[in-house]
Amino acid sequence: MARGVGQLSPARVAGAGALAVVLALTLGTLGAVALRAEFGAGLGPADWAAVRFTLLQAVLSATLSVALAVPVARALARRRFPGRGLLITLLGAPFILPVIVAVLGLIAVFGRSGIVSQMLIWAGSEPVSIYGFQGVVLAHVFFNLPLATRLILQGWLAIPAERFRLAASLDFGTADVARTLERPMLRQVVPGAFLVIFLLCLTSFAVALALGGGPRATTVELAIYQAFRFDFNLGKAALLALVQVAIAGAAALVALRLSLPTEMGAGLDRAVTRWDAARPLLVAQDAALIGVATLFLVLPLVMIAVDGVPALLGLPPSIFAATLRSLAVALISAALTLALALPLSAWIVRGRARLVEMIGTLTIAASPLVIGTGLFILLFPVADPTALALPVTALVNAVMALPFALRALVPALTAIEADYGPLADSLGMTGAARLTRLWLPRLRRPLGFATGLAAALSMGDLGVIAMFASPEGGTLPLALYRLMAAYKMDAAAGAALILLASSLLIFWVFDRGGRVNADA
Amino acid sequence: MLTLDHLEMRWGDWRLTANLSVPTGARVALIGPSGAGKSTLLAAIAGFQMPDAGRVLWDGEDLARKAPAERPVSILFQDNNLFPHLTASQNVGLGLRPDLKLNAEQRAQVKAALARVGLADLGARKPGQLSGGQAARVALARALLRQRPLMLLDEPFGALGPALRAEMLDLVVEIAGETGATLLIVSHDPDDAKRIAGQVIFVEGGKAQPPVGTAEIFAHPPPALTAYLGT
Repeated sequence: MARGVGQLSPARVAGAGALAVVLALTLGTLGAVALRAEFGAGLGPADWAAVRFTLLQAVLSATLSVALAVPVARALARRRFPGRGLLITLLGAPFILPVIVAVLGLIAVFGRSGIVSQMLIWAGSEPVSIYGFQGVVLAHVFFNLPLATRLILQGWLAIPAERFRLAASLDFGTADVARTLERPMLRQVVPGAFLVIFLLCLTSFAVALALGGGPRATTVELAIYQAFRFDFNLGKAALLALVQVAIAGAAALVALRLSLPTEMGAGLDRAVTRWDAARPLLVAQDAALIGVATLFLVLPLVMIAVDGVPALLGLPPSIFAATLRSLAVALISAALTLALALPLSAWIVRGRARLVEMIGTLTIAASPLVIGTGLFILLFPVADPTALALPVTALVNAVMALPFALRALVPALTAIEADYGPLADSLGMTGAARLTRLWLPRLRRPLGFATGLAAALSMGDLGVIAMFASPEGGTLPLALYRLMAAYKMDAAAGAALILLASSLLIFWVFDRGGRVNADA
Repeated sequence: MLTLDHLEMRWGDWRLTANLSVPTGARVALIGPSGAGKSTLLAAIAGFQMPDAGRVLWDGEDLARKAPAERPVSILFQDNNLFPHLTASQNVGLGLRPDLKLNAEQRAQVKAALARVGLADLGARKPGQLSGGQAARVALARALLRQRPLMLLDEPFGALGPALRAEMLDLVVEIAGETGATLLIVSHDPDDAKRIAGQVIFVEGGKAQPPVGTAEIFAHPPPALTAYLGT
């Protein structure tokens, strides 16, 4: 076999270094956790309840998200209407939406004094409660229904338009189209979408922290946090961390075999022309589905704005200090993500494609709470972990954002090397010259996107910081959670609005920065 | 002198052999059906693909251990000869220093090279603001500056119209004459061969034939060439 030449050993060294950081933070902290875990007492009834709840809520959240997403995606696939593109873009927004903000928005809609409860009271019924099992599932569906819709919509749009034309020429009815075209597609797409969401719900911490708790609604991650924070029982926290790794790791390994779908694909803005679905009843049904789904997604965010604006003036100064800390953490975290992602991408492009999946699996299996527990165990003998809360948060956030950054950078860098690699090789552009004169200028768009994503994810993250922060320190999401826990709902609404605006703004600034003046 | 010494390239069932020499300063057209291996041959000489057997020699020196940039070669590809994010001047300047840290003298050289190909005023433009012919000229200006003894052209003017292509070929021959470079051009079109070249390497049936005088080969084409030309 003829093979290409061209070596970039500095890049290879940097790539190996970045990988070492990732491995140290995931497997290294896991090792620390394993050594520190106290197996003596074993898992008590409450711990088993946490395991059961974790699995049950993840299964139910994923099932509901996918089941609801199928009709919504079908409606979006076969209807054209003004604002459709905007709505589909909006379906991508929950990804960078701070979890704790969304939770507050959901409380404003579905909480005891929320819109839904007030309508129920007005109708003579009992108000609903958002805390506990149903709240955790509701919040997970809020976050994952849009994701599932996008994934399934992709499946619909992947059916060639010619098949629908053929179906129309054969006078297929809606049921015939469903049987011959749609159900086979769903059988392929739905398992992957289900598994992605199941994994996300398995490792989601902030939702359980804000809405769960108590004996019947505690996830394993929440149990880690409680053992750590309230019982000061590091051995117990470490043991629970191992349980979490076992659950998430097993699920991630299954996912690895199924090759999970990604929704980075473009082209969701077109619609399929359907001749079988023009009946007025079906049009009304689709309109209702799209309307309800939109309301479900938009109303909590609108409530954040409605409740937040009047509260802005009365916010305590501590919120602004927390905002600045969060911005600093987000920027440092985004810079760290790039510092890890660029050398890794360069390494992966040179023939290590499986690394992307491996890092994705590792970061899913070793959740932030597990990494946090491990880091605490490692740091405690040598330093005050509380003093290191912000740097540790930035670092853990950076590693968590890494799979997404790689998914944006690796395909782009592969294309750059395919198009311009030979020219650069023939001119002797290696090392720094290749980085600054070829890669960075041509990677501007994906770099901007990845930086924005990493910064926004870090800005809204409520995970490790909850374990490490001192009562007066901490980031904006933590400050917001503390306001909610103290039932200072007005101030919380104001803080949530600031957090929401900062997250969206920081993403927009970087993403936009990558697009402006970018050469085609 | 360029020597391909029992060179062999394989890709699955596909293979190409070449055992031939090209004298220094020659102008050679590589013609033959697509998929015959013309571009593969250039890639082997330029160092982008390693031979499965045999050697590539320049003036008796084996090039096997040399990276593409260390070889005595300037190459123009079918496309992507310019970086779209760099100006014409910068694209030319890369021929002098890959990190573009040019001193005043080198910047003057870049200007002169651009002027030589008729683009004196367009140095500040990016490739997106240049026509296809102008972009090809920028790539030629860089080849001119690099002063490598071997110029390889892999159908770089395929996207240009016939008149413009003829013009560019004339410019290539002029520049090769000025630098004394040995010229190897891959082409589909026998007219290109007639226009530029003293010699033809016919690549067909897994073998690159040794170079033959252009006038001679078209006067008495071997059967395979007749079949390819369809005359």
